[in-house]
Amino acid sequence: MIQFDFEYYKPASIYEAVQLFQTLDSQGKQPIYYSGGTEIISLARINLLYTKAVIDIKDIPECNILRIQDNQLVLGACLPLTIIEDANHFPLLTKTLREIADHTNRNKITIGGNICGQIYYREAVLPFLLSDSQVVIAGIQGLKYVPIQQVFHQQLQLQKGEFLVQIITNENDLQLPFVSIKKRQQWDTGYPLVTVVAITKSSDNSSNSSTKQIHVAFSGMSPFPYRSEQIEEDLNQQNASVQHRVNLAITHLPEPILNDVEGSSEYRKFVLKNTLQHALTTLEAE
Amino acid sequence: MYSSNSKNLNISLSINDEERSVVVRPANTLLSVIREGLGLTGTKPGCYNGDCGACTVDVDGVPIKSCLMLAVEGVGKKITTIEGLRNTPVQKSFVEHFAFQCGYCTPGFIINCNALIQKHPNAKDEIIEEWLESNICRCTGYKEIEEAIKSVITAKSEEQL
Ligand SMILES: Cc1cc2nc3c(=O)[nH]c(=O)nc-3n(C[C@H](O)[C@H](O)[C@H](O)COP(=O)(O)OP(=O)(O)OC[C@H]3O[C@@H](n4cnc5c(N)ncnc54)[C@H](O)[C@@H]3O)c2cc1C
Ligand code: FES
Ligand code: FES
Repeated sequence: MIQFDFEYYKPASIYEAVQLFQTLDSQGKQPIYYSGGTEIISLARINLLYTKAVIDIKDIPECNILRIQDNQLVLGACLPLTIIEDANHFPLLTKTLREIADHTNRNKITIGGNICGQIYYREAVLPFLLSDSQVVIAGIQGLKYVPIQQVFHQQLQLQKGEFLVQIITNENDLQLPFVSIKKRQQWDTGYPLVTVVAITKSSDNSSNSSTKQIHVAFSGMSPFPYRSEQIEEDLNQQNASVQHRVNLAITHLPEPILNDVEGSSEYRKFVLKNTLQHALTTLEAE
Repeated sequence: MYSSNSKNLNISLSINDEERSVVVRPANTLLSVIREGLGLTGTKPGCYNGDCGACTVDVDGVPIKSCLMLAVEGVGKKITTIEGLRNTPVQKSFVEHFAFQCGYCTPGFIINCNALIQKHPNAKDEIIEEWLESNICRCTGYKEIEEAIKSVITAKSEEQL
């Protein structure tokens, strides 16, 4: 049971939602946006989250869009994960989402709630970090469109009162070769020990010829998901063995590395090494 | 816009094809309102954390863990609890296959299996597995549960032939 009381609002438009946030904030109610609510309820129950008002954004039409338009996939932030999986426009995303929690929970967990969540893993963001994607953010000044790389640093960098409305991905990036591998301490559902998501993408170099580059993003290693330029540079070294490249990449992991009951940091690195080797071998064989 | 700035509100929920009026706190989960507010104790509390699936109810044809849904979110939706299912093929099959021992997890499993069959009448093994991973049983070895749902699917496929 959630021990404290909060007010519940369900605005029908973006404008109403941001106005409401300002008003409730000025009244000292520490409002929060509410999407799937799974994390809010879980954390509130054990007093790790407190608010006097929640703003449920699920009635906002823009947050429920799922369509391909003008060569872009548009996903509303309030779409439950299973709806996105069933539509399967972006197979890497489908595969990554299928490993989050379990099927029934994914009927309630939303893509925006996962990306904006406080719990470390936020695995839904990984495919977007690797692809040409932008986020649509609503605030008191209106909507802004920002490349996700610019605004996702460990977590989505939102100003007070802003919320995520949509994620838009270039259609060219939806069908790239990929691997998405999740290793857990045990069982087949729930949080990862290590998740590695990787794609190969052609990049034009200075001599105008195209080379294939591996892009990779991680969850579970640190208390945040990430993509690292240095690690990609290591993994894309020409003429070096897979083992050498992976060993080099492991020396450049961002700190801190999680060290908890799920797995020690040394064990996580060991599992990551094997997983990365597998990922590289698979992608380079294609 | 729906709004509630009072501590208690009177909401109407459509449960098992009945409109039920109930007073809730906005912070109440659907699980607590179903059991304590409406007296429908077939829906079981377990972990309260989305892990066990004992609290699963059907919301507009979709299985949802009611411990992770607020009761106010249920306004305007069609909710079915285990009390709303009568003599369904899944229920009969659970009995025929001895798919329970203590029975605590059974309402959650049956709601989930029933929704699965509505959505995927010819579900393949991997879909069955994916859906049923959402529920935990501490007594059985899952084998009988698997057999129960598969026999309903097989019977449905044979009917279609
Ligand atoms: C049993 C279980 C297992 C899980 N396993 C995993 C796992 O393996 N990997 C994984 O990544 N996740 C996992 N999760 C999911 C994760 O922990 C969160 O519960 C979930 O992602 C939250 O999504 P939600 O839509 O319910 O968000 P909510 O609870 O609605 O919100 C979460 C946070 O994000 C904010 N927020 C929500 N939407 C927006 C928005 N559009 N704009 C700005 N802020 C917003 C809220 O204010 C809140 O702070 C699991 C969850 C459960 C219950
Ligand atoms: S009580 Fe809801 S999943 Fe366990
Ligand atoms: S029959 Fe006892 S928990 Fe499943």
